[in-house]
Amino acid sequence: MECNGFNSPRSDTFPAGLRVLVVDDDPTWLKILEKMLKKCSYEVTTCGLAREALDLLRERKDGFDIVISDVNMPDMDGFKLLENMGLEMDLPVIMMSVDGETSRVMKGVQHGACDYLLKPIRMKELRNIWQHVFRKRVHEVRDIESHDGFEEIQIMRNVSDQYDDIYLHNGGDLTSGKKRKDVENKLDNKDFGDPSSLKKARVVWTVDLHQKFVKAVNQIGFDKVGPKKILDLMNVPWLTRENVASHLQKYRLYLCRLQKENDIKASFGGIKQADLSPKHTAGKFGLHNSINIQQDDAANGHFGTSDNKIPPHNIDHKIHEAELKGIVSMSMTKPKKAQIVNIPEPQKLSSSGTGLSHSWGSLEPDPKYAAFDSTLTMQYSWRDIQYQEYKPHLQLENGFRHLPLPAIQNHIQVNTLRPVPSTNTIPFNKERDKPSPIEIQPSGAKCRSQQIRQVAPTGNAFDLLSAQSESSMTNFHTSSPPASATFSMKNQGIDRISVTDLESNKGNLIQEIGEAFACIDEDLTASCFQGDCCSINLGFQNIAEVSPYLYDALKFDYENPCDSLEYPVIIDQGLFIA
Amino acid sequence: MERTQMHRQLANMRKSLFDQGYLDEQFIQLEELQDDANPNFVEEVVTLFYRDSARLIQSIDQALDKSTLDFTKLDGYMHQFKGSCSSIGAKKVKSECTQFKEYCKAGNGEGCKKTFQQVKKEYATLKKKLEAYFQFARQVGPVETACRPK
Repeated sequence: MECNGFNSPRSDTFPAGLRVLVVDDDPTWLKILEKMLKKCSYEVTTCGLAREALDLLRERKDGFDIVISDVNMPDMDGFKLLENMGLEMDLPVIMMSVDGETSRVMKGVQHGACDYLLKPIRMKELRNIWQHVFRKRVHEVRDIESHDGFEEIQIMRNVSDQYDDIYLHNGGDLTSGKKRKDVENKLDNKDFGDPSSLKKARVVWTVDLHQKFVKAVNQIGFDKVGPKKILDLMNVPWLTRENVASHLQKYRLYLCRLQKENDIKASFGGIKQADLSPKHTAGKFGLHNSINIQQDDAANGHFGTSDNKIPPHNIDHKIHEAELKGIVSMSMTKPKKAQIVNIPEPQKLSSSGTGLSHSWGSLEPDPKYAAFDSTLTMQYSWRDIQYQEYKPHLQLENGFRHLPLPAIQNHIQVNTLRPVPSTNTIPFNKERDKPSPIEIQPSGAKCRSQQIRQVAPTGNAFDLLSAQSESSMTNFHTSSPPASATFSMKNQGIDRISVTDLESNKGNLIQEIGEAFACIDEDLTASCFQGDCCSINLGFQNIAEVSPYLYDALKFDYENPCDSLEYPVIIDQGLFIA
Repeated sequence: MERTQMHRQLANMRKSLFDQGYLDEQFIQLEELQDDANPNFVEEVVTLFYRDSARLIQSIDQALDKSTLDFTKLDGYMHQFKGSCSSIGAKKVKSECTQFKEYCKAGNGEGCKKTFQQVKKEYATLKKKLEAYFQFARQVGPVETACRPK
């Protein structure tokens, strides 16, 4: 790898000094491309490995203007690299390959390549690559111009003055670019604004920034999401609506693609999915859907299609059954799956915004999906499933049998954000794998409907695994302590617990999950004696949450040995599914 | 006088590499890239190519030795190899590579094996010819030096 690292002279000498990162596993081509680009007076950095390139890009966030990458590389498919880059950083990427097959070129473009060059690459083609960088800048200005009035036009004019000749010569390109941008605008909402933000034309989507973005998306709910709302929530002053809009679009594409992969891998069907989520439009929310299906299936005990031989699934399923005791509303959002489980306990529970309130009194042997709460859906943008009827004794299998169901009315809220199923490389995971907070709020006597909250819980926390940025974080919030304890633990390591009340399957799973749970378990058991039934269930809940997360991660080439070590059972599951 | 003759000879040598279809325009591209900063650029690239592609040749050889051929894998290797060949403009080798990939697509193991012999043959022939050419070029020395009056 080589890099001539002086800071590039911007604008005045443009395009000289354009900072180009070249990624190719073929050293011969690397040498040639480097030489060619240098002859164009570009600043060249070369890289023989895709992963290395990704690291480099993350390390030097503002260090490059454009990336040229080969399609076929042994360590990472060029398309995957492209996708990662597209999602994390707002850089134009040019793909190259010896193969000019239409489908491959199309794939490249679909994944966000701004150009696709065929080897042998000519120097004149390389000389011209600055246009992509320039186009991007012009776009940003243009886009704003078309919405925000003359202030931006002014800026636009400045830019075009600056690049006068270039601009004239590239009229055609600009037009096509504008079209693209318009489409994007159609996709997003019409509300834009924030003219204050033009200063920074190009946004590098750092880990933090992306995290904020994802958080905002989840908070708003996926089908209600719009760039402006996200922008408001993110509260990053210099960010523009356009930045967010473009990132959102990429994000959607990314999720779409993930969903496709999921669909292939998980063969369970779309019919049920359609039933359950009337509001979903297939393409857009696909990822959720497929994850949802799994969840639903788990809840129902149908894992049929996927050749279910592994105990963890069963456990999962049972856990879900256990959850059915209350009202279970599952909310799924984009990359992360957030699950909210409300388990109201006996008598007087009235749930608020969600309108979910159910008493244990009505006993039905099998939980049914009774209705979809549209309010919830609005709120969380994904489907909510209510299990309306429960049989109190259903819990026998679930360790609930010990629960006397005291007069305490508990409203338990379990809030889990699933990490984004992420694509390879550790740093990437760091970014995308969001902690999954699980919030449990057993509230005292008159717990009135708690609003289901999606993200960060408040109150006293029980943190499980929270120390680990890449693993799920679990927060148990005990707002009123009928459960008798406020738990606070942080634990990364997973040890074994001996679980007494549970079926051996569950026991195993729990053993793997760890010490943290052991503690919970004990505490919870204690609680149980006091008649608070929720605890054990919640423990399982955790497990249930954690495992799909890992499974997701694994499925997408997750590479973090530590994590793997920590969750052996889960890995089994992941492998099995994948 | 003799120098000029040698130059002419060198030029002929070069020309025949193109005329006989060993090389394509990519080689000219490389020559154009050669400058004061990298006076031996072409030779360096060719050397790098032969050094790097040796491992691919080996991989393909091994893959072809298997009792059941993994055509996807073979095609993958060959794709890489072909990409490398395109870097120096090794025209003949490249066209054999294309043939090989065709056979891969058709699942024709015999065709693959036969073609790969051709690939290796062309690969070796070109190597010999280029080595001779570079050696002779060094002997002759850079054109400018030769023409410069003392």
